[in-house]
Amino acid sequence: MRKYTSKTDVQAKSYYNDRFYVTPTLPRSKASDDEVYSKDIEALSAKFEISENYVENKELVIYIQPDKNVEVLTYLKEELEYDMCMELSAVDYIASRGGFEIFYEMLSMSKHRRMRVKTFIRQKQPLESIINVFKMASWSEREMYDMYGVKVVNHPNMKRILMPDDWYDYPLRKTYPLTGDEAASWYEVDKIFGKEARDIIGPEIRDCAAIDRYDTERFSRLGHEVPFGTDITDGKEPEHTPLAYQEEGGVRFIKKLNEEDSVTIKERR
Amino acid sequence: MAQHKVNYLADGGAPIALTTVDKLVNWGRSNSLWPLTYGLACCAIEMMATGASRYDFDRFGTIFRASPRQADVIVIAGTLTKKHAEFMRRLYDQMPDPKWVISMGSCANTGGMFNTYATVQGADRIVPVDIYLPGCAPRPETLQYALMMLQKKIRRESIFRANKKKRLV
Repeated sequence: MRKYTSKTDVQAKSYYNDRFYVTPTLPRSKASDDEVYSKDIEALSAKFEISENYVENKELVIYIQPDKNVEVLTYLKEELEYDMCMELSAVDYIASRGGFEIFYEMLSMSKHRRMRVKTFIRQKQPLESIINVFKMASWSEREMYDMYGVKVVNHPNMKRILMPDDWYDYPLRKTYPLTGDEAASWYEVDKIFGKEARDIIGPEIRDCAAIDRYDTERFSRLGHEVPFGTDITDGKEPEHTPLAYQEEGGVRFIKKLNEEDSVTIKERR
Repeated sequence: MAQHKVNYLADGGAPIALTTVDKLVNWGRSNSLWPLTYGLACCAIEMMATGASRYDFDRFGTIFRASPRQADVIVIAGTLTKKHAEFMRRLYDQMPDPKWVISMGSCANTGGMFNTYATVQGADRIVPVDIYLPGCAPRPETLQYALMMLQKKIRRESIFRANKKKRLV
């Protein structure tokens, strides 16, 4: 739990503050406390360089060298019975450490254990694809490239998976604004109509609650219809405008709804 | 001619309806509005419910067509992403004139709660919209009402006027 702070006059402060950036941490324990994990660490350390390991939330976390990811995962799959790779992705640490932390979530169905294999790569350092070990990496690595720009090599179909192929920049990087950059805000206009249509269509309106109740050309109110373009400012607003489902003259062969004859039912029939 | 005598003045008038071509054509157009079977997100569920038996779009002569070549109206039912925008525009371009657009739900109207990089902030950036339908998601009654409003709008139109571009692009 966060420490209590006084909430008086909180609105005078800026909206964003550090309380949103406090990373929740869980207590960590040693891998040697767990019988299965201690054996795994022992076997792994004999073959590979494990820079750090601990157990967090009943899950073993190990840090490996980035160029050994395929070997480690192959060893985990074939020798240590971690036969499933559930998820892989990246974490953006470009600002603080100049690269990405890659994680692979492993599951052992026979040992009922999970293991998180982590490694750190610099921003433009290539990462070897694990698709020959785990087929699930096909889409996950494409998503990692799409969202973070991690260069994965030896992947058979390395292109964007979610964003369009001609999208600029990588949306899940921390430097990417949530509402999109310049290229993103004009993307659909440029693609469909061309750059010259930008002046006609105009920039995006990001305030989706923008409503002018006196603007009868762009807005109308249900149950209080006024004719298109009527001036209703400064008391010119009619007190009661009848509900009109059809035009005034009616339509031939179609019965006109008379408001007086309509009944409002009190409960469901 | 029939042998029996019919008093046209007393028995509901002559079997002749006088009208204008405008009214006749608009009567046909407004009562056979065929929308495109085209759903984007959760609003499409409501659109399906509107088409199904309880709310029954068929009463208005509105029958979903699976081809834009046969459709008169396109209901943009859901979040329009920037990746999908060009396909939506292509479907709209494939529809024959006259054609109408109903923007259904907050996402299609303004981008709604998806104030993000990947969502088109209002479908009217891509296609000219005739009816904006608020709600998240709108109830089937709301979509029915929007359709009735569109019918009303169509009945006001003149068929002889040169087909005015709603917007340049």
